[in-house]
Amino acid sequence: MHPHKFTLWVAMGSLIMMFAGLTSAFIVKSNQVGWKSVTLPSVFWLSTVAIVLSSGTVYLALRGFKEREMARYRLWMGVTLVLGILFVALQWNGFMALWAQQITFRGSGAGQFLYVIFGLHALHVIGGVVVLSVLLAKAFFGRIKIYSSIPVEIAATYWHFVDLLWIYLLLFFLLVGGN
Amino acid sequence: MSETMMTTAAVATPATTHHEEHGHHQESFISKYIFSMDHKTIGKQFLITGIVWAIVGGLFSVLFRLQLGYPDKTFPILETFFGQWAKGGQIQPEFYYGLVTMHGTVLVFFVLTAGLSGTFANILIPLQIGARDMASPFMNMLSYWFFFLASVVMMSSIFVNTGPASGGWTMYPPLSALKQAGDGQKIGTDLWLISMALFIVSSLLGGLNYIATILNMRTKGMSMTRMPLTIWAVFFTAILGVLSFPVLLSGAILLLFDRNLGTSFYLSDIVINGEVLPNEGGSAILYQHLFWFLGHPEVYIILLPAMGMVSEILSVNSRKPIFGYMAMLGSLFAIAILAFLVWAHHMFVTGLNPFLGSVFVLLTLLIAVPSAIKVFNWLTTLWRGNIRFTPAALFAIGFVSLFISGGLTGIFLGNSTIDIHLHDTMFVVAHFHIVMGVASFFGMFAGVYHWFPKMFGRYLNNTMAYIHFWVTMIGAYLIYWPMHYQGLAGVPRRYLDKSGWVNFNNFRDLDQMITIVTIVVFAAQLLFVFNFFYSIYKGRKVRSQNPWGANTLEWTTPINPGHGNWEGDIPEVHRWPYDYAKDGREFIPQTEPVGANESKH
Repeated sequence: MHPHKFTLWVAMGSLIMMFAGLTSAFIVKSNQVGWKSVTLPSVFWLSTVAIVLSSGTVYLALRGFKEREMARYRLWMGVTLVLGILFVALQWNGFMALWAQQITFRGSGAGQFLYVIFGLHALHVIGGVVVLSVLLAKAFFGRIKIYSSIPVEIAATYWHFVDLLWIYLLLFFLLVGGN
Repeated sequence: MSETMMTTAAVATPATTHHEEHGHHQESFISKYIFSMDHKTIGKQFLITGIVWAIVGGLFSVLFRLQLGYPDKTFPILETFFGQWAKGGQIQPEFYYGLVTMHGTVLVFFVLTAGLSGTFANILIPLQIGARDMASPFMNMLSYWFFFLASVVMMSSIFVNTGPASGGWTMYPPLSALKQAGDGQKIGTDLWLISMALFIVSSLLGGLNYIATILNMRTKGMSMTRMPLTIWAVFFTAILGVLSFPVLLSGAILLLFDRNLGTSFYLSDIVINGEVLPNEGGSAILYQHLFWFLGHPEVYIILLPAMGMVSEILSVNSRKPIFGYMAMLGSLFAIAILAFLVWAHHMFVTGLNPFLGSVFVLLTLLIAVPSAIKVFNWLTTLWRGNIRFTPAALFAIGFVSLFISGGLTGIFLGNSTIDIHLHDTMFVVAHFHIVMGVASFFGMFAGVYHWFPKMFGRYLNNTMAYIHFWVTMIGAYLIYWPMHYQGLAGVPRRYLDKSGWVNFNNFRDLDQMITIVTIVVFAAQLLFVFNFFYSIYKGRKVRSQNPWGANTLEWTTPINPGHGNWEGDIPEVHRWPYDYAKDGREFIPQTEPVGANESKH
């Protein structure tokens, strides 16, 4: 395996530990007095659709790149980028909806954990968006032809990872944090 | 140029990539010494930054030892330097707690994590596995600069008006979460948390690189079981860091939220200065779980690199193969696994369920098994060896001594029943300083003395080195041995003045003795620092490629290796690194093919 790819896999293990730490903190706290559960605003379902779709489009983009179909690559990379930005915007909307329900930083319950955990996840998606933008900029304006698919593969793997991470977090909040 | 990098990276092995890239690329002062991507330069940057931090952290301990040894004396010079913090020449309580907190933070994280693994993982991994550089030299560079940034933030916190963080290096809430709790809990604590977050990023970037490099970039013939034990040690260290630091980060993020955004992750039912706080439902114990899930692996992050270097140095200098290579490996592995399963032994008296506590007692005591295996193997490596008492060898032997003494007191503390009496006493201070602090420092010194010729092409001065060793060795025992007695008698740690207790007053002379020895030992460390910088420029020059007669690959590089390490091809490896005193030969380098009628090791 290419060392950079391998590094990414170890890094994903590291990120999993961070979210495992946070979600286990959630479980520990949810057994204590004064815990308030939270109902997820429905906008989070929309964001789920966006990020799951984007996982598919990034796959198409990678295939386009590997088959040297640069137009297709650019198209699907662009779509992925838009979906990524859309996801972050929808998450923001979700936070706003929760805030409107008087779930603020005050207190200690699922809501406060939600802001921290979903917020950190969104930061990681934003990191991915930055990477996608750089790759896309290179695809449009780069003067040098790059034949190695390694950077695209790494970006795609990371993107699938934040997608799967989101599904885990969503299920976690539905199953453990629901009530 | 970026095209060359991209395309060759895909087709060629990473080793050749860097070499070709190197041919058409001029190094300026900035790219060579400041924003360097050469693993050797980055290692030296970590080392020198670590030395600066060690002086600062050590000086802090001298200051608070002055207070502990002479609580009723005044030192007007302190007021000259520290103003309001040492009013009337006496260290003020806020300053004392700031000093203790910073001493712990700086030495645990900045010196013995970044300064130790950062230095030796960087310098030794590519050189000993036969690689031109790290898997990602750029990430490696970022790792140092994040550490530098963390250092700047931490250093600046010492100079803010309300002083540095003073909640103890573990930063337990609720104390650390409430700005009303004291001066040190104001901006100082926020800076501490930010600095630690940067530090965690640095150590993750570094750790990822170490793992990827060790697993993917070994030279031909360098199978995993032909790697020197130093590499195995930094490998397990990196895995521990990569898996445990993110958990500390999540704990720190929640603490930042509690401090600044009014959440109640750790806070509940608090009355402070007559004011009832609205926080409800938080749990301070939650922080301790998150903290010690890193905190315990952290002590092995500090200790394992020292163990690896000591194994290597003892074998080289006793001119004998390491005893029980596979057992050494197995015990490193066992320690790395157990490191994750014992964190609650720091929490025996937090109201932890005693049945749960007994599980953690068992797991904690299990660590004695791999530790004893390692000690046995070090001693049997020395046994009937043809020992050369170089400064590095002395420090390595000193490490073994300290690891035994400090390890034995760990068995006391690991028992939850005895811990009820001993927790938060000077006994704990003595235990972890010997086994983790001083022992790891000895490993680090051994490493510096042993690899200094490789780093700078010169030797350190031996006379100063021997003075450094003996003063430090004797001093370490003089400082920490008496603390065990204090602790057994119940003397608490963290107290700045114990003269109010009649029974603790008996220890007044002992405390003064400890303080005096601390100052002497600190002076000996300054001698080492002088030796270090003096020898970089004026030390005796290294004339032979392999001054210690060692088998490992770093001694096959030129005396002053450039970026890329080997001038020609990377050498191929044919044997394990510990063929000393074999078939009538003193040592057989790893690069030498196995002869037709050679005996198996």
